Amino acid sequence: MTLYERLLVLDRRWIFLILAIVIVGAIFVPITIPATAAKEVEVIYNTIEELKEGDYILVAMDYDPNAMAELHPMSYTILEQCFRKKLKVITLTLSQNGAGMVDEALKGVADSSTMYARITPKYGTDFVFLGYRPYYALVILSMGQNFRVNFPADYYNTPLDSIPIMKGIQNYDDVKCVISISGGNVADAWVANANGRYNVKVALGTTGVMAADYYPFYQSEQIFGIIGGMKGAAEYEHLAKNPGPAIEAMKIQVFAHIVIIAFIVIGNIGFFMDRRARKRSGGQE
Amino acid sequence: MKRQLPLLLVFVSGIFLVIQYFVPAEISDRAYEFMLDWTVIIGIFALALGIWSLIRVSIEKIQRKTHDHNYTYISLAGLFAMIILGLNPWSAGLDDYTFSHLFRFVMIPIQSTMFSLLAFFIASAAYRAFRARTVVSAVLLVAALIMMLRVIPLGPLSVYINDTSNWLLLVPNLAAKRAIIIGVGLGMVATALKVVLGIERAYLGKD
Repeated sequence: MTLYERLLVLDRRWIFLILAIVIVGAIFVPITIPATAAKEVEVIYNTIEELKEGDYILVAMDYDPNAMAELHPMSYTILEQCFRKKLKVITLTLSQNGAGMVDEALKGVADSSTMYARITPKYGTDFVFLGYRPYYALVILSMGQNFRVNFPADYYNTPLDSIPIMKGIQNYDDVKCVISISGGNVADAWVANANGRYNVKVALGTTGVMAADYYPFYQSEQIFGIIGGMKGAAEYEHLAKNPGPAIEAMKIQVFAHIVIIAFIVIGNIGFFMDRRARKRSGGQE
Repeated sequence: MKRQLPLLLVFVSGIFLVIQYFVPAEISDRAYEFMLDWTVIIGIFALALGIWSLIRVSIEKIQRKTHDHNYTYISLAGLFAMIILGLNPWSAGLDDYTFSHLFRFVMIPIQSTMFSLLAFFIASAAYRAFRARTVVSAVLLVAALIMMLRVIPLGPLSVYINDTSNWLLLVPNLAAKRAIIIGVGLGMVATALKVVLGIERAYLGKD
């Protein structure tokens, strides 16, 4: 077997091993990848920045732990920005395994805001977590009528009417915009049902593989912005001047991409050399 | 009657919701809210049905001793453990130590691991699939390389790569996606009409 033939049938375990070594190695490389914010990311940041103190914003963290590495950084940065701007934040999750994570994230961001930004967001006054409800399309539709249809009480079972932040708050008309950070089809439901039916401004945070699917909605202005994957999260952290796990993780992603590109190039070199060798020997392609 | 009643219900609900969408009156909104309440109630039954279905399929697998039936013990144990711990009247609810630790230290790492493995499989698939065998596959390969290069800082070259990748996203990708979305949308309308008018009856089952 020639070298080129070997390249064509390279055991995938070698690819796994090399990629694993590079990913682990990259963690210890002391570099920071420069981030430049894309227009679709910047517009979300600017929209939140332009809101006034006391304005309401709905942040839906619709993802499971599997998308946590990519989506948690953008959730943290957006929540921190909202707390810094002293906005009233209504949070919920439409992902069945999301409730525990959102609860943890909210407590974490509230603590870090107290520690680093000297702001003490209070549960019930500055933010609320409505919890999880199944059948996301229906929940999104019914919130257009009233939040209480699906969420008569919050995550901790406190009736919504006895939570100060929710007093007088009925539906999407009372929030300035919705940011859905989503790891699945929930994003479609926000676009079709919240924006399509109730005209509320919607922006999306998605995983890297999903982002390309939502650009048509961005161009048609059904969503006003989109944060795509780790790169988008790093751009948002850069804009918020709040470097965190996304900027840190970008170096790992860069090294992993270099390895994948190298493998693709090697595979193609092997393919062309093998094809040339076959042509020379008069064999079939 | 067993078939006529569901067909009638679907027809009336379907036609009602279509008309309701175009009637901007308070009574229309109230009727819509009423229908939404019903969908939530039906959804709850579907959830219970899902749990029952999982249990029944798992038990059948165990009884038949299929080659992977051992896994069903784990899924059933997981299902009942979380239900019992979640509903236990003596537990601290959502802050219960065992419940929250099972979620935090079992569920989260398992799901994160599954998704992380994707990177390795994508790398392996990219190595095999992205070969310039034909002109079309060469175009795909070049587009993929540009999209991957956009996360890598390459100095002044990055400006051109970013511009090209944005063009790829906002022109060819968008055209293709939009065509798919419109196609799917029209398909959904056609299917919905078939269901409402009783032409499509697969949801009624075989009996």
